[in-house]
Amino acid sequence: MAVEIGGIGHSVARKEDARFIRGRGNYVDDVKLPGMVYLDIVRSPYAHARILKIDTSKALAIPGVLAVITGKDLVPLKLEWMPTLMGDKQMVLPTDTVMYQAQEVAAVVATERYIAADGVAAVEVEYEPLPVVVDPIKALLPDAPVIREDRAQKNNHIWHWETGDRAGTDKAFAAADVVVKQDIYIPRIVVASIETCGMVAKFDKVEGHLTVWMTTQAPHAIRTVIALVAGHLGLSEQKIRVISPDIGGGFGGKVPVYPGYVLAIGASVLTGLPVKWIEDRSENIQADSFARDYHITAELASKKDGTMKALRVKTIADHGAFDAAANPSKFPAGLFGVITGSYPFEKAFVEVDGVYTNKPPGGIAYRCSFRVTEAAFAIERLVDILALELKRDPAELRMQNFIPPQAFPYKTPLGWEYDSGNYGAALKLAMDKIGYAQLRKEQAEKRSRGELMGIGISSFTEIVGAGPSKHFDILGIKMFDSAEIRVHPTGKALVRLGVKSQGQGHETTFAQIVAEELGLPVGDIKVEEGDTDTAPYGLGTYASRSTPVAGAATAMAARKIREKGRLIAAHLLEASPDDIEWKDYKYQVKGVPAKSKTMAEVAFAAYTNHPQGMEAGLEAVDYYDPPNLTFPFGSYICVVDIDKGTGEIKVRRFYAVDDCGTIINPMIVEGQIHGGLTMGLAPALYEEINYDKDGNIQGGTLMDYLMPTSMETPSWETGKTTTPSPHHPIGAKGVGESATVGAPAAIANAVVDALAHLGVRHIDIPITPWKVQKILREKGVAE
Amino acid sequence: MRVQLTINGASREADVEPRLLLVHLIRENLLLTGTHIGCDTTSCGACTVLLDGRPVKSCTVFAVQASGRTVSTVEGLEQNGVLHAVQEGFTKEHGLQCGFCTPGMMMTSVALLERNAAPTELQIRQAISGNLCRCTGYVNIVKAIQHASATMREAKAEKEPATAGRA
Repeated sequence: MAVEIGGIGHSVARKEDARFIRGRGNYVDDVKLPGMVYLDIVRSPYAHARILKIDTSKALAIPGVLAVITGKDLVPLKLEWMPTLMGDKQMVLPTDTVMYQAQEVAAVVATERYIAADGVAAVEVEYEPLPVVVDPIKALLPDAPVIREDRAQKNNHIWHWETGDRAGTDKAFAAADVVVKQDIYIPRIVVASIETCGMVAKFDKVEGHLTVWMTTQAPHAIRTVIALVAGHLGLSEQKIRVISPDIGGGFGGKVPVYPGYVLAIGASVLTGLPVKWIEDRSENIQADSFARDYHITAELASKKDGTMKALRVKTIADHGAFDAAANPSKFPAGLFGVITGSYPFEKAFVEVDGVYTNKPPGGIAYRCSFRVTEAAFAIERLVDILALELKRDPAELRMQNFIPPQAFPYKTPLGWEYDSGNYGAALKLAMDKIGYAQLRKEQAEKRSRGELMGIGISSFTEIVGAGPSKHFDILGIKMFDSAEIRVHPTGKALVRLGVKSQGQGHETTFAQIVAEELGLPVGDIKVEEGDTDTAPYGLGTYASRSTPVAGAATAMAARKIREKGRLIAAHLLEASPDDIEWKDYKYQVKGVPAKSKTMAEVAFAAYTNHPQGMEAGLEAVDYYDPPNLTFPFGSYICVVDIDKGTGEIKVRRFYAVDDCGTIINPMIVEGQIHGGLTMGLAPALYEEINYDKDGNIQGGTLMDYLMPTSMETPSWETGKTTTPSPHHPIGAKGVGESATVGAPAAIANAVVDALAHLGVRHIDIPITPWKVQKILREKGVAE
Repeated sequence: MRVQLTINGASREADVEPRLLLVHLIRENLLLTGTHIGCDTTSCGACTVLLDGRPVKSCTVFAVQASGRTVSTVEGLEQNGVLHAVQEGFTKEHGLQCGFCTPGMMMTSVALLERNAAPTELQIRQAISGNLCRCTGYVNIVKAIQHASATMREAKAEKEPATAGRA
């Protein structure tokens, strides 16, 4: 029976694959409307410059160019600036000054894609370069050029945020036996989903109605943002339809509103024609929201026996030219406060300062929840540094310190309440599976022969499922999520959700939740997302919040239906509703299994033979506001070999144990972990975006932004423990980003471990062969 | 310029600018949107199609260069309602998530299996190294191609019993 239903715990094949493997996906660039024209963007070659003149005449002379839009054209529409999620404002197009390289300067609208590009090349812009500051630490110096004169800023400091007990932490440090301290830079990276961003905007000038097809992870929130930004043009919320069709990967990068979206809408309003804007890859890498860029100074205080006592962290966060970070508005540094990780520190204090620089604005989280990766990386690096200082095995030191299973729910010194956890079990499983003791022996032998091999551990705690609405909002909109379920007369169900898959397999997993709750076969349940005209209001898919929040909404909506169905079943079985129980995916008269009704039978009756006085139909909506976040965790062990000639790092093995609570679809969860691990490998060893002192991007295409290919990516090995969330209706915690959060520290720890006997304590990521070779040369061991 | 080509078995003609890229001919003129564009530097492989049976990144081929030749895209893989073994493999082994790189990845895989019926894991990884995937971590893509390889060899063995076992 269970297999037929395909409910929770089954590796049901993905429903969405049927169209994707046939080339029948419908991504934004596949949308083609009659009369559609194309928009392309002129971008700044300078990181900071005054615009002296924009000459559009040559572009406008090209046959097929319909319009060139500049910042000055947007002023009468009041669209030259837009609000950001962090209470700042961001230029759509500059009227005066550009503030980062590749910033949007003008937009060309043309009948054909290639003609729009010709138009972009023909727009002549005269710039007067201004002093540039790209290093946030230098940006804070008194003589640094002030970037945001428009905000009447006297310096480049945006905000200060702190959490924890400063005095108590200082006291604990003063009294500590051992203190380790490390500067850690986590560089700027971009998610680079394989589909870039884009939009098709269609403004109906007769009805005053706007429909947009766009690459967004949060269609409802975007609809509200459009109404807030362009309401004065008559675009009120009921006249806006946001459709997020198939989305080719998001990873956080498709949460923000980029100027290109606003320009596409503006161009459609101005021309009365449907307008398509699709960014190309270099634009995506150079101008879309970045992630990370955290300069961290972290200190850990401990007793001689290795008992961790206190944590103190100071961070400079580079937010670029506009503070457009995707964060719940009450947390300027996101969930960086989860930095105490898997350990019961008595005292902790964390402070972060946001800084403006001449770089693209942001940031987003690169497949993590709002700065959690930075936190996990810092704490897991520090624990290894402490192990080195105390000459202890890093696994053993972790085991000694973990928050014990019986301590949950556990309140951290920074105020979070971890729902459930069993950290020791996860690490033990990973150690057993990879053969930790044997690997340490092998390492010692290799080291005696002069070979370089390292073993790295990361035992991270994640924080996902934003969020309890009392703590989390976006632009004041409280963070909940939603599900609407309709069971039709013949027992087929339609589920509509406020979240939006970008490859996570929602059409399958959410159908499985409904299948489990209602006893309907998974094949009879259709899931729809991403259309604000039909789906209930939700805050979207990012920060691993779909299963923890919308998954809960789905279960709760299904339970409302099940309860109504119980009354109908009682009517059909001529029994008291109190005597009806839900068992084996059916309504049964208690103790009389032969007297039962299936959900399909009940559904038919809901439309044909429902009890007198009862409303017809079988449907329910639930807007779920989680009581707490969820805290998935894991222990990863990475084994690396380092070539002494080239400095090349080879990840020989990587064993990942994840605990995300109840698993809905094991196949999909494993796939998510594989992908997350690869996006953890990427910043650890390859990806970064650098700028020269003039703010020129060093490597803004996929030719030099080193995304791992099949050759760099190891064959990931995975295992699991299951510690359900006590407050989630089905015990699920969310998993999509855990591996990205946990993996970089395991890899960095492995590399440092391979070099630790040479006196190496830390290397900033990405750990490139060049960095390793430089160390090997300095230590005199390079071959 | 006039371009004539055979795409997925059908002869098609179009008048194009000399600078038009093959990927745009396929997507915009021939309306086969399964072939995707993921970069502008021939790096990601989302636009991979077969040109006379060989995988090419169609964002780096001019439409006119395909004139008189044969092009195969993802839309041509399914024959008479029967999925290609590679399509079966990708869905059975969960070799895709967002699906955006999938058509290019599958076309590269088809070309690999046509020249090497039983590739090793390393050969598979080498073959798809020009196709970037941001979702799957490649492990299941490798399995998908291994699955397809096994099915194709079994099918061939059934058809040609005399050569069974040789692959």
